[in-house]
Amino acid sequence: MQKKRDAFPDLRAVLGSLAAFAVLAALGSVLNPYLISLLTIVFLFTFIGQSWSMMLGLGGQLSIGHALFVGIGAYSIAVLNIRYGLSPWFGLVVGMILAAIFGASLAWLSFRFEVRGIYFALLTIAAAEFARIVFSGWEFVGAMQGLFFPAQSGSNSLWMLRGDARFYYFVALAAVFVGVSVTAVIRQSFLGYVWRAMRDDEDASRALGVRTFLHKILVVSVSGAWAAVGGGLLALVQGSVFPDSIMGMGISVDILVGPVVGGLGTAFGPLIGTLITLPLDHLASAIGNKLGIPGLNNVVYGLALIAAVWLLPDGIWPALMNSVKSLTRLRWFGNLQMQQVKK
Amino acid sequence: MTDLLELNHVSRRFGGLLAVDNVSFRLKGEGITALVGPNGAGKTTCFNLIAGAFPPTEGSIKFGGQPIAGYPAEKICRLGIGRTFQIVRPMRDMTVLENAMVGAFSWTRKVSEARDAAREALDMVGLGPKVEASISKLTLPDRKMLETAKALSTRPRLLLLDEVMAGLRPPEAAAVVAVLRRLAEKGLSILLVEHVMRIVMEAAEHVIVLHHGAKIAEGTPQYIVSHPEVVAGYLGEGFRA
Repeated sequence: MQKKRDAFPDLRAVLGSLAAFAVLAALGSVLNPYLISLLTIVFLFTFIGQSWSMMLGLGGQLSIGHALFVGIGAYSIAVLNIRYGLSPWFGLVVGMILAAIFGASLAWLSFRFEVRGIYFALLTIAAAEFARIVFSGWEFVGAMQGLFFPAQSGSNSLWMLRGDARFYYFVALAAVFVGVSVTAVIRQSFLGYVWRAMRDDEDASRALGVRTFLHKILVVSVSGAWAAVGGGLLALVQGSVFPDSIMGMGISVDILVGPVVGGLGTAFGPLIGTLITLPLDHLASAIGNKLGIPGLNNVVYGLALIAAVWLLPDGIWPALMNSVKSLTRLRWFGNLQMQQVKK
Repeated sequence: MTDLLELNHVSRRFGGLLAVDNVSFRLKGEGITALVGPNGAGKTTCFNLIAGAFPPTEGSIKFGGQPIAGYPAEKICRLGIGRTFQIVRPMRDMTVLENAMVGAFSWTRKVSEARDAAREALDMVGLGPKVEASISKLTLPDRKMLETAKALSTRPRLLLLDEVMAGLRPPEAAAVVAVLRRLAEKGLSILLVEHVMRIVMEAAEHVIVLHHGAKIAEGTPQYIVSHPEVVAGYLGEGFRA
């Protein structure tokens, strides 16, 4: 049913996705500032969502504490840039390494003692909350007062990753492009097969020689490093970092909504899902404010999520691909019929 | 020459239950051996001990002369023991081909190599025409053969098959026996857990009988069916006739 839901078997799929990204890039120079900043946030959450989606959709490991990795990435960039004046690129690399180490340690500790599934997910929440509380009291990283990036002045700089809203739009879009490509490449590599086997049946895959302990640690640390990059970019775009906003439970939950709605573990699911859910959230809260009903956004958001998960349990992207596939299959069948008639 | 597999005084206790009781046997490098016995005789537990699903409480297991008791399942698989599960366990979200590819990644990281090996394994068990099918479309015999192909793609020297023919109709079972014969001729050693004595007689060259966790007899199928203890405890008096 879900076979090859977003495998990249042919040139057409690659060209199609390149075209989609070309359209998004073209939009970057024509859209108004509000949509630019909204889409930038959508892209960044897509990028972080892709890391989360890889971990659950391919590796079968549920995290509800991805804010831990987002926070590590955000603080790595902020501290190195604000305190030491280093280029954010250093911060990205340091954040990736730290997140990979924390992810691997958390996974090792957990899986070493056979903590699996939902209990592992609880452990990720605990780790993220622990980190948030530590950072809230840590003066060096600004504690509750947070850290602020210096105000933007001068021209866009790719080296310092500072620029105007449009600059960040393109940075975020490039990140999503990298995320889609990496997901597609991993899915096609031996890691994709081994991780999906592990996700479907851990014990059966072990009997087939899959070193699940190793691969579970690997998928958590890769996903963590990836999310850290997203967290770093998010910090730059927001211009500040606070423990509660960048490491809070809210972030962990916001991350997972897009991929779940769009299609777990697929290359385009997180993008499609976040493109729908995040603007919907903004729209609902705007309407709620206008009507004077605070919290309306949460109600609308919640109902939309329930509907999406109910109607399309595999996500929007797999459903879309399947309907496209059945259309092309029909056409191919038609051709076959005609050829047989000619004979 | 050392034996391929060697069990020495292996026991496994689950709480108060002695599921495998001081079992010893050896397997040579090729041919089909059957492990038979009534329900609860400890056949599947024996399998799980060899394949590393859990360690034996006592005793040693050697594979190619190397002690393997207590090794994790994935390590034992990588040493050359492939296994199937009594209850078929396909990866539901993967195609037939993808399922069979997983095992090949125990010896290669190249997707193309894994794909070729998986096709070969699927051809061997007669699933060649169904490689792109999704699991939900497979019949029970097909699923059983998929399990075998998955284990084969790990390129084992010893193949443990847990009731691959249970629930199959006689012609289907005969087809499976033919497949196993072909595999054995290629130099594979097969250890088979089987219920149906008729199939065992047909397929196996060597039979080991377990009863209440202990080995009560071992020998050729002809010897086994005439063994008084086996007939009394397992086959029933009617079998002699």
